[in-house]
Amino acid sequence: MDNIAGTKSSLSWAVNISVILLVVIWLIPTVGLLVSSFRDRDQISASGWWLSPFAVEQNFQAKIPAGEVKQDGDFFVIEGNIFSGGEGEVIRFGGARSNPTANAAGETAELTRDRSLTVQTNGDFVYRSPKEIKRDPSVYYSTATPPEFSLDNYRTILFSNNMDIAFINTLTVTIPATIIPILIAAFAAYALAWMDFAGRGLLIAIVVGLLVVPLQLALVPLLQFHNKIGIGQSFLGIWMAHTGFGLPLAIYLLRNYMVGLPRDIIESAKVDGATDFQVFTKIVLPLSFPALASFAIFQFLWTWNDLLVAKVFLPSNSESWVMTVKIADDLLGSRGGDWGILAGAAFISIAVPLIVFFTMQRYLVRGLLAGSVK
Amino acid sequence: MSPLVQGIVTVIIGVGGCVGYFFLSNLILDKVIFPARGDNPGVNINRANLVRPWLFLLPAMGALGLYLVYPVVGSFWRSLYNRAGDEFIGFGNYATMFSDDGFQTALFNNFLWVLVVPASATFFGLLVAQLTDRLRWGNIAKSLIFMPMAISFVGASLIWKFVYANNADIGLINALRDFFGAQEPLDVLQVRFWNNFFLMFILVWIQTGFAMVILSAALRGIPEETIEAAIIDGANPFQVFFKIKVPQIMGTIVVVWTTITILVLKVFDIVYTMTGGNFGTEILPSYMMSYMFRDDGRATAVAFVIMIIVLPVMIWNIRQARAEMR
Repeated sequence: MDNIAGTKSSLSWAVNISVILLVVIWLIPTVGLLVSSFRDRDQISASGWWLSPFAVEQNFQAKIPAGEVKQDGDFFVIEGNIFSGGEGEVIRFGGARSNPTANAAGETAELTRDRSLTVQTNGDFVYRSPKEIKRDPSVYYSTATPPEFSLDNYRTILFSNNMDIAFINTLTVTIPATIIPILIAAFAAYALAWMDFAGRGLLIAIVVGLLVVPLQLALVPLLQFHNKIGIGQSFLGIWMAHTGFGLPLAIYLLRNYMVGLPRDIIESAKVDGATDFQVFTKIVLPLSFPALASFAIFQFLWTWNDLLVAKVFLPSNSESWVMTVKIADDLLGSRGGDWGILAGAAFISIAVPLIVFFTMQRYLVRGLLAGSVK
Repeated sequence: MSPLVQGIVTVIIGVGGCVGYFFLSNLILDKVIFPARGDNPGVNINRANLVRPWLFLLPAMGALGLYLVYPVVGSFWRSLYNRAGDEFIGFGNYATMFSDDGFQTALFNNFLWVLVVPASATFFGLLVAQLTDRLRWGNIAKSLIFMPMAISFVGASLIWKFVYANNADIGLINALRDFFGAQEPLDVLQVRFWNNFFLMFILVWIQTGFAMVILSAALRGIPEETIEAAIIDGANPFQVFFKIKVPQIMGTIVVVWTTITILVLKVFDIVYTMTGGNFGTEILPSYMMSYMFRDDGRATAVAFVIMIIVLPVMIWNIRQARAEMR
């Protein structure tokens, strides 16, 4: 369409570039966190993740043992290697804490009280002092640490931070909360789509209205209700809550889909003597598979990612934390500055939704379209 | 019993219970209450068919009534009582709330959110939908922009907390400022007023994909002839977009806009994880959570205010749905 009358070339360049730009902006934050989850804490604070493929300059401090002092004319001298046998590459060094990278490697630093310090790139140093050296002098130096990526953050977060328990809890909340509403909603949707009875229109309108009721309203009265019937804050409570909250969307999506099924099939089945129950289980349910899958994905993503319902309906002890609660209430507080751990935790929690998203995107899109365009 | 085993048992009981209920209730209806035999089988079948819809609807209606209808009434009723719930104080909670500075900030911020987030997300969504429409790699681009939809609000907050970090070696924003010569890093989340926009952008980032998917489908649905005719009449691409395409998908744009507006009024996770409502970033849902477990009367009052804000959209939705069914 756009290539009529030769308008294509310049415009299509602009389009390509702007789409690339938008995609990059949309992707960069996630990539940043992903890269950081493989770096250790010191590297993260030493250089930005966008520099992570390059060596990092890190500052160190070494004590020169005063015991190995030798006398050279009027001077007392210590010689040795600051890596003490190890390998490394000194970039800059200094003799004072106030300016730890005053000199480039190979230079001689003139220190106070006529002392001097020379450090070579390979770590060899010479320390000279006119007076006897009693205390171990300090050397400050910076080295180029090669980039390092490891799974340490994931190991720490999973095995010593109880993220594994949180993961299982999330899974525990999600599975029943996804499966049970589907069945209940499917029957109701069939009734609303294919059965004729007084008040059908009103019921559909109510379902549409309930779609937008803010969850916030439900929290206090339902928690009270759960406490009264003895469920309290528990997994059973959160399953019931998620089931209830997921139903309007489920009924709405499924009804919209079922209404679109060909009338002929259903009517000929009825003429052949099938009951409504048989029509539903043998014809409508199998044909509605795409809509069922759409809703299942929605409900799965929603329950997996939910923080609000989990905070209110699950016990607040650490054994029942789901991942979102664990990250928001625990890790962000106790590990606030430890970006490697936080990034690792975030990726553990978003890995499963991302896999579901990329493998079943087709159904998700279809569900979105059925749920809002109609 | 570990929770996971409990979960699996619940799935089995739940699914089995549902199937059992529907099967047995239909069986009882057809064989016991109104059997299709005896003196007048026809009448019995008709009676059974009058009852059956309600058998199908009963579990769903029960759950909806208990978990969504009752709370509307229950919350309102609770909001008329004091903190302990034993003394009726009329609209006392609302009165103290409206004179509270925190509530006013939250209300104002929420107003900003409702103004900015749906507009921006719809705008970006429409932009991407239009730009990728004829692009060979458009589907990949869309898929990547859609991806944040799968990420939890908590995860997204963490991702952006990292971008906003108050350190030029960690946060991209400060790295850019550093690159352009700023001396000191700046904590953008503590800059009053503007910090709200940094939080809003997170939700825009998440919701753009949603807007894009729906608007993209709507754009595809536009009849080709209208566009062809416009081009033949000499319309340039911008005119085609703004004068031919946008007016035809206006209905969808409104749906996307209202859907995101509703979402904005419910999301508390972002503010909760990013700032905890400090530095003047409180919004109504997070303000409500700060009273949850402490003062149920106040918490329900806030929730009811949210409900009242949502109400016009709810009524509009219902009218749309009813108009469609006719």
